[in-house]
Amino acid sequence: MASKFINITLKIWRQKNTNAKGGIETYSLANVSTDSSFLEMLDQLNEQLINEQKEPVAFDHDCREGICGMCSLYINGRAHGPETGTTTCQLHMRSFTDGDTIYVEPWRSRAFPIVKDLVVDRSAFDRIQQAGGFVSVNTSGRTMDANAIPIPKHDADKAFEAAACIGCGACVATCKNGSAMLFVGAKVSQYALLPQGKVEAQDRVINMVRQMDEEGFGNCTNTGACEVECPKGISLENIARMNREFLSASLTADK
Amino acid sequence: MALTGLFLCTFLVGHLAGNLQLILKTGEEGRRAFNEYAYFMGHNLFIKILSYVTYAAILIHVIDGIALTIQNRKARPVRYAYSKPGANSSSASRSMAILGTLILVFLATHMANFWWQMKVKEAVPLHTYKLEMDNPMMGAANAELYYTHVPGIQPIPKDGKNIIEKGTDLYIKGTNVKVAEGYRDLHTLVMDFFSKSKNEGALFAVLFYLISMIVLAYHLLHGFQSAFQSLGINHPKYTPLIKIIGTAFAVVVPFLFAIIPVIIYMNH
Repeated sequence: MASKFINITLKIWRQKNTNAKGGIETYSLANVSTDSSFLEMLDQLNEQLINEQKEPVAFDHDCREGICGMCSLYINGRAHGPETGTTTCQLHMRSFTDGDTIYVEPWRSRAFPIVKDLVVDRSAFDRIQQAGGFVSVNTSGRTMDANAIPIPKHDADKAFEAAACIGCGACVATCKNGSAMLFVGAKVSQYALLPQGKVEAQDRVINMVRQMDEEGFGNCTNTGACEVECPKGISLENIARMNREFLSASLTADK
Repeated sequence: MALTGLFLCTFLVGHLAGNLQLILKTGEEGRRAFNEYAYFMGHNLFIKILSYVTYAAILIHVIDGIALTIQNRKARPVRYAYSKPGANSSSASRSMAILGTLILVFLATHMANFWWQMKVKEAVPLHTYKLEMDNPMMGAANAELYYTHVPGIQPIPKDGKNIIEKGTDLYIKGTNVKVAEGYRDLHTLVMDFFSKSKNEGALFAVLFYLISMIVLAYHLLHGFQSAFQSLGINHPKYTPLIKIIGTAFAVVVPFLFAIIPVIIYMNH
């Protein structure tokens, strides 16, 4: 496919810091290669802004190959842009046409305060993870080889699919309720399905759900938007599994 | 939401079964069947308990729904300038609160029109019967008498007429002598309400009912299958079936509810 160059108009959310009042700014950007990624396009915009002695747009990025979960962006009304199963760094300008106006906004959630421009603080996810998203291992020096525990292939696959979550927060961003249930569902499931995780399963689900509520995320109303927008295709089955785990743990656990 | 919602789905089925008697049987037979049913629903202890459970379920469903909606709105204090929710979710799933509110408005009018009249106002006429009696009580031969419900004593058809056996108490028209409790004539109340010849506002009532049933259908379209997901029931074997049943339920139940006032409107 021959590369083309397009001219676009960008409407980008600019906000100095967490407490400042933000607003949409409009920028024109010419000669954008359709081969460039969305983030490269933003790099190009920032170069232009720097040359004009203006403040560049702050946005999160790291690996730029769709695995670190660092990039975000609500592009033209959708988390990670118009393609499915991709992160923003995997989105290319060939998905847009000459003359397009593209809205770029940060994730919007009470639990993800804006740090600057398009950068949000997703440490709420870290705190949920710290509340129970782990397996306690006694490092006595006689740790058992993980492969010595037989795990059915089906369960291993399901756990792996859940563990594919990169914690980018697209589920929260896209949910009309700002709910983090897909993220927490995935993190609960990846352990609940494995024998190593079953030991602490009850405490884990209760603590993680409690932390999720404390962070101020909304409630799941099963619209299914998160599953559609998740770049890693995390299934709603994980939310149901968490609900199941949480119901039974609430009814039977001591706490 | 899920538990109360599913309970209210079962309530809809029960209510629908009762309502269908309005159109399945016609004439005097239909009137009697429906009024007997209404009497049973108002006097059976089990039904009485069930009705309080239903009121509670509606209240909890509403209060829980409002509380969750407030929390969910707080979870996103600044809204997106540009959002395309249609790309990833159904409009029904995103509109449960507004659909539920509309259903609540319908429910208020619905209860004012029927439940209030029946339970509180007692403005419902009693079910009267033309009776010819071999041995007329109090000299009321061939008079219009209120047909009564006394457990264990049923009218016996004799030569094509309903005869009430001696010993059954009656309410005599014109005399205000209450001999026994009669059926409240809910059937006539409902028929007149939706009848174009009896009620000038019947067309509006029927249209409002129809729109409300469409709203209910959308609410159920998402609500039925969503309840299972909330309860943690999501399984490759059962979920496709639950979704099919949910869709069928959301279409069939409101449809059957909706055709009843339409048929009454057209025929009366």
